[in-house]
Amino acid sequence: MITVFPEIDRKCIYADRQDEIRLKMNTRGLRSQLKDSVPVTGLCPQAGPYGVQDSLRRGFSSVKNELLPSHPLELSEKNFQLNQDKMNFNTLRNIQGLHAPLKLQMEYRAARQIQRLPFLPSSNLALDTLRGSDDYIGFEDILNDPVQSEMMGDPHIMTEYKLGVL
Amino acid sequence: MATVSVCQYHPGGFSFENCKRNALLEADITKLGFSSPAARKTGTTICGVVYKDGVVLGADTRATEGMVVADKNCSKIHYISPNIYCCGAGTAADTEMTTQIISSNLELHSLSTGRLPRVATANRMLKQMLFRYQGYIGAALVLGGVDCTGPHLYSIYPHGSTDKLPYVTMGSGSLAAMAVFEDRYRPNMEEEEAKRLVRDAIAAGIFNDLGSGSNIDLCVITKGKVDYLRPHDVANKKGVRTGSYRYKHGTTGVLTKVVIPLNLEVVDESVHTMDTS
Repeated sequence: MITVFPEIDRKCIYADRQDEIRLKMNTRGLRSQLKDSVPVTGLCPQAGPYGVQDSLRRGFSSVKNELLPSHPLELSEKNFQLNQDKMNFNTLRNIQGLHAPLKLQMEYRAARQIQRLPFLPSSNLALDTLRGSDDYIGFEDILNDPVQSEMMGDPHIMTEYKLGVL
Repeated sequence: MATVSVCQYHPGGFSFENCKRNALLEADITKLGFSSPAARKTGTTICGVVYKDGVVLGADTRATEGMVVADKNCSKIHYISPNIYCCGAGTAADTEMTTQIISSNLELHSLSTGRLPRVATANRMLKQMLFRYQGYIGAALVLGGVDCTGPHLYSIYPHGSTDKLPYVTMGSGSLAAMAVFEDRYRPNMEEEEAKRLVRDAIAAGIFNDLGSGSNIDLCVITKGKVDYLRPHDVANKKGVRTGSYRYKHGTTGVLTKVVIPLNLEVVDESVHTMDTS
């Protein structure tokens, strides 16, 4: 089944870099993610702004580590939320027409921008409410809670990186 | 500017960071001839039956860790909601956490809808979660309860498939228990007969399967009432020693006796109160 989503261009006022960091590695619109249901970008060398491994910021990489997932569930878990959203949007599009998922995606995009400073964990309350996961408890709330993580990035360097000053 | 300075955002949940390391360690350990520690399983007999007014769930109480009994009286019938209970077989931690998560989600759901939760809802939530993890969560469950549509009984397998049946058994002793069910089950039994049937099925599992043992727990769920009978039947009592093997006083004759007094002086006495706050 081929569904055609119109290209949602990302010409926002803020620098593209911010969105890039926020959405990890998805610098392209939602359309590119429809090609494979599980994007393999998770396993490619962590691309910096020039498409190659950003050794300065993420350290050395090894082909052996990047080639295969360490656990069969690793890929599917990494992209689980993405695939859920995609499935829901597809269903919504089939039931209620094109405008419903478009409007929702716009709201998701807006809600995703409500974040704290880059080195602090955000509650993502608006995004959770939109998704309906504010009254759902899963393993992501119990195990490895980012609020209780023992590592924090250096505040100055992370803010500078986010603002593009670095 | 080290790698830690631009921290990746970790969304929480399962972390697969140590998988490669664990695989290497496992390979090294087996080369040396040892074996890595086994997870605690509940090699088990669990079963359930639908009778006239509701559902009877039964379970044994042994938890094993490889070939050793880790817990002689563990509780395998977990609470999901006031009218729904769930027996769990497989890896003990997996069944425990899965049932607790589903119980919380069902509570939130019922608060949101304002109604008593249905067994079909719990079943759907469980199967979707287990399928998401492709069988790596080793939890085989027997879910039973009474809701507004009547009594229901489901069996849920670790990979996410479910069966809705009038009588189900799971675990390593499931064949022994199923043999009893197949012989004596009939539809619309009375409560006493259903309890006897489940008790006999679990007993068959306990006496014929090495992974099941100790007592029999029962849970009788009817509309508006739950009887959690723990233990319903102590099938295996620890034996009582028939004779005493202690030696009587004076058995050993005393040849010589030497008394050396130790003259100690009290130098310093201080009282420390225990911090019992």
